[in-house]
Amino acid sequence: MSTPDAPLLVAEGLSKRYGQRIGCADVSLGIHEGEVVAVVGESGSGKSTLLGLLSTQLLPDAGNVRYRMRSGDERNLFALGEAERRFLLRTDWGFVHQDARLGLRMGVSAGGNVGERLMAVGWRHYGRIRAEAENWLERVEIARERIDDCPSAFSGGMRQRLQIAKNMVTRPRLIFMDEPTGGLDVSVQARLLDLIRSFVGDYGLAAVIVTHDLAVARLLSHRIIVMRHGRVIETGLTDQVLDDPREPYTQLLVASVLQV
Amino acid sequence: MSDAAHYNFAYLDEQTKRMIRRALLKAVAIPGYQVPFASREMPMPYGWGTGGVQVTASVLGPDDILKVIDQGADDTTNAVSIRKFFERTAGIATTTHTRDATVIQTRHRIPEAPLKEGQILVYQVPIPEPLRFLEPRETETRRQHALEDYGLMHVKLYEDIARHGHIATTYAYPVKVDDRYIMDPSPTPKFDNPKMDMCPALQLFGAGREKRIYALPPYTKVVSLDFEDHPFERTKFDRGCELCGAEGIYLDEVVTDDRGGCMYVCSDTDYCEGRRAAPHAAAPPIREARR
Ligand SMILES: Nc1ncnc2c1ncn2[C@@H]1O[C@H](COP(=O)(O)OP(=O)(O)O)[C@@H](O)[C@H]1O
Ligand SMILES: [Mg+2]
Ligand SMILES: [Zn+2]
Repeated sequence: MSTPDAPLLVAEGLSKRYGQRIGCADVSLGIHEGEVVAVVGESGSGKSTLLGLLSTQLLPDAGNVRYRMRSGDERNLFALGEAERRFLLRTDWGFVHQDARLGLRMGVSAGGNVGERLMAVGWRHYGRIRAEAENWLERVEIARERIDDCPSAFSGGMRQRLQIAKNMVTRPRLIFMDEPTGGLDVSVQARLLDLIRSFVGDYGLAAVIVTHDLAVARLLSHRIIVMRHGRVIETGLTDQVLDDPREPYTQLLVASVLQV
Repeated sequence: MSDAAHYNFAYLDEQTKRMIRRALLKAVAIPGYQVPFASREMPMPYGWGTGGVQVTASVLGPDDILKVIDQGADDTTNAVSIRKFFERTAGIATTTHTRDATVIQTRHRIPEAPLKEGQILVYQVPIPEPLRFLEPRETETRRQHALEDYGLMHVKLYEDIARHGHIATTYAYPVKVDDRYIMDPSPTPKFDNPKMDMCPALQLFGAGREKRIYALPPYTKVVSLDFEDHPFERTKFDRGCELCGAEGIYLDEVVTDDRGGCMYVCSDTDYCEGRRAAPHAAAPPIREARR
């Protein structure tokens, strides 16, 4: 057991290589309940690798991740059994992928996509599953009439909002996002960012958001982690880091000199 | 029948039969679990029941009496050719009577007459994986079975209701076996699903192209999946057989002429003939139904 203000998730010394290439090296961090952390850095700096390790999608060569379960028990995530891990992934966690096809079943209706997690945890009443799906579609501003349409018929922005609804239906405490606004038009991005911001606020979500867009980090995150060559080179409160970067590399990033 | 001397008993060599029997034993030990097996080439194309034929060949003994049905009928091309195949290669007796058979190989139906202890029902299976509809990756479906991670199966039923207002799946309707594995009953109509539950006969399933065997030992619990507010319903026919008058059994629509005439008759031909032969079953006069 741990104190209430202990971090929700703690990573220690995470390292991952792909052959000779470094994915990420010796990364340690903590995420508190309700805290939004942005991971920024150039392409290839190790952001997605870190996200994969934190979310147990990848296995580290070294290091570990501890997580405070809903029960209050702190667990080493890489020691969880596969069934337990899957249960955690689909109840207490969420994932929003840049490519919606990784997060949605494109041939299943919006209602079926949102209902999947509920059915996986044992819901067996069609009417209640559907009502809950409608409820969440409405909250992500997708019209109820679209409940039986497949995401293949949705715009890019709608697909991202549907991914969020699909995740939120089990009321996760932690959500991982990899470039959630990537590839969207500016106006569509703005609407999605508003939605994410209100969700993390309203539901007290903790989030790890990988982005190459510092404006996204500024808008959404409390804290920022700057990565380079697989290492964390600077971390701090978002406004501080972006307004007054210490590292020369971060200064270049902020000055938009680097192509991120 | 003298041809039997030219073949090893029931065509397959003893080595292959032993391999298949080992798979069958494992399948019986883990009801509803799909056991991989090294499916052999058979002298008939896939889709003609090569999986079922290999299972039948492995369980047949010289004293067995074999019945083969396709869509409930003993006289269809597929059923006749499989029956002849075993007459020729095993020299065993065959029958069309469900009650006399010790082994029944079937495609698409379970006989109407209740099966008994000691009988074996062998199903020909085209696609053994019930989760394939939504998850094409075999590695993932296997993991889902291992972890009893079956939310996806209800997503399929959810989609059915969302599209059609009810669970529209009428064939290959998924079941949960012994409170553990989800299983595809092969393309039998859902009408037959309740017959699998607590059945006194041994039920064996062979998928030749997909190289899988699964089984239901006698008296295994088999439950059709559903939702609380959309419970499983057996198909109901609002009429009886026009040949034997039987009600509450599975009917086929048979075209009787080229002017749209048709009639509804038992899909299980042996059942129908048995009722008509029995003195107590007063069959209604044969008439033509028009639509
Ligand atoms: N599956 C992989 N196989 C080999 N190298 C990889 C793989 N994934 C990432 N890398 C390498 O690891 C480094 C970090 O990549 P990544 O975590 O994807 O960075 P980012 O998300 O910041 O762009 C890069 O050099 C990348 O080429
Ligand atoms: Mg990346
Ligand atoms: Zn009849």
